[in-house]
Amino acid sequence: MKWLLVGLCVVSTVVGDVFRSLGMRRHGEISDFRPGAIGRALRAIALNWMIFVSTCAMAVSFFSFMKLVSIAPMSFAVPTSAITFIPETLLARFLLGEEVSRQRWIGIGLILAGVVFISQ
Amino acid sequence: MADALKRKTQLFAILSVVSNVAGNSALTHGMMHLGRAGDTPIDLFFALFHPWVALGVLLLIVWTLSHMALLSWADLSYVMPVTAIGYVVTAFAGRFVLGEMVSPMRWGGILLITIGVVLVGRTAPASATLDGNSK
Repeated sequence: MKWLLVGLCVVSTVVGDVFRSLGMRRHGEISDFRPGAIGRALRAIALNWMIFVSTCAMAVSFFSFMKLVSIAPMSFAVPTSAITFIPETLLARFLLGEEVSRQRWIGIGLILAGVVFISQ
Repeated sequence: MADALKRKTQLFAILSVVSNVAGNSALTHGMMHLGRAGDTPIDLFFALFHPWVALGVLLLIVWTLSHMALLSWADLSYVMPVTAIGYVVTAFAGRFVLGEMVSPMRWGGILLITIGVVLVGRTAPASATLDGNSK
């Protein structure tokens, strides 16, 4: 049960983040922060199917993480949830076409190690 | 132009981290105050009217919107690690607000995350275009 929840949490977080990134990139850069423009942006985002998929996946991620911390200690749940950093960076590189420099990879590696340390 | 983008990115990253950490803390505090009130969907619905839970939900809406805005111009491989500074903010809040003990290993973790976030934060926030090609 514990590992099933870890898998569900990791997959739903990765799907949620990747689709959110794809959806927002399709929408384009938000640069006008006047109330009317924000309202128009929110309407466009609400009709974006990628954002809809992302929101559903984020809801699954939230509830599976809540369930995970109810049956496993935080020192287990927090570092395992940080596993998402690896598949998300790989997908950012190969699916989203982002340039992931060596500096970014080293930074992500240090953060991952830090999350494991901080959860002990 | 690059400086303006960097400043906008920093501002929204800070907003995203603060609203996420504060939102989760308020939600946790509210749910703990309610005890077993989250057992059924109806209980969960009424829990939304508890002031701490409502504040937590409001802050998590701010987090969602600021995170979305950030991803409209910045790379996922930039946003995801940079917002990991939230782990450090949570640890500091635990130490200085709740008076929790922070072991040397945890301080080591805080240092590693901070160095990692600084390294990623020094890279350009945006590299990809809509069609998936790098700029």
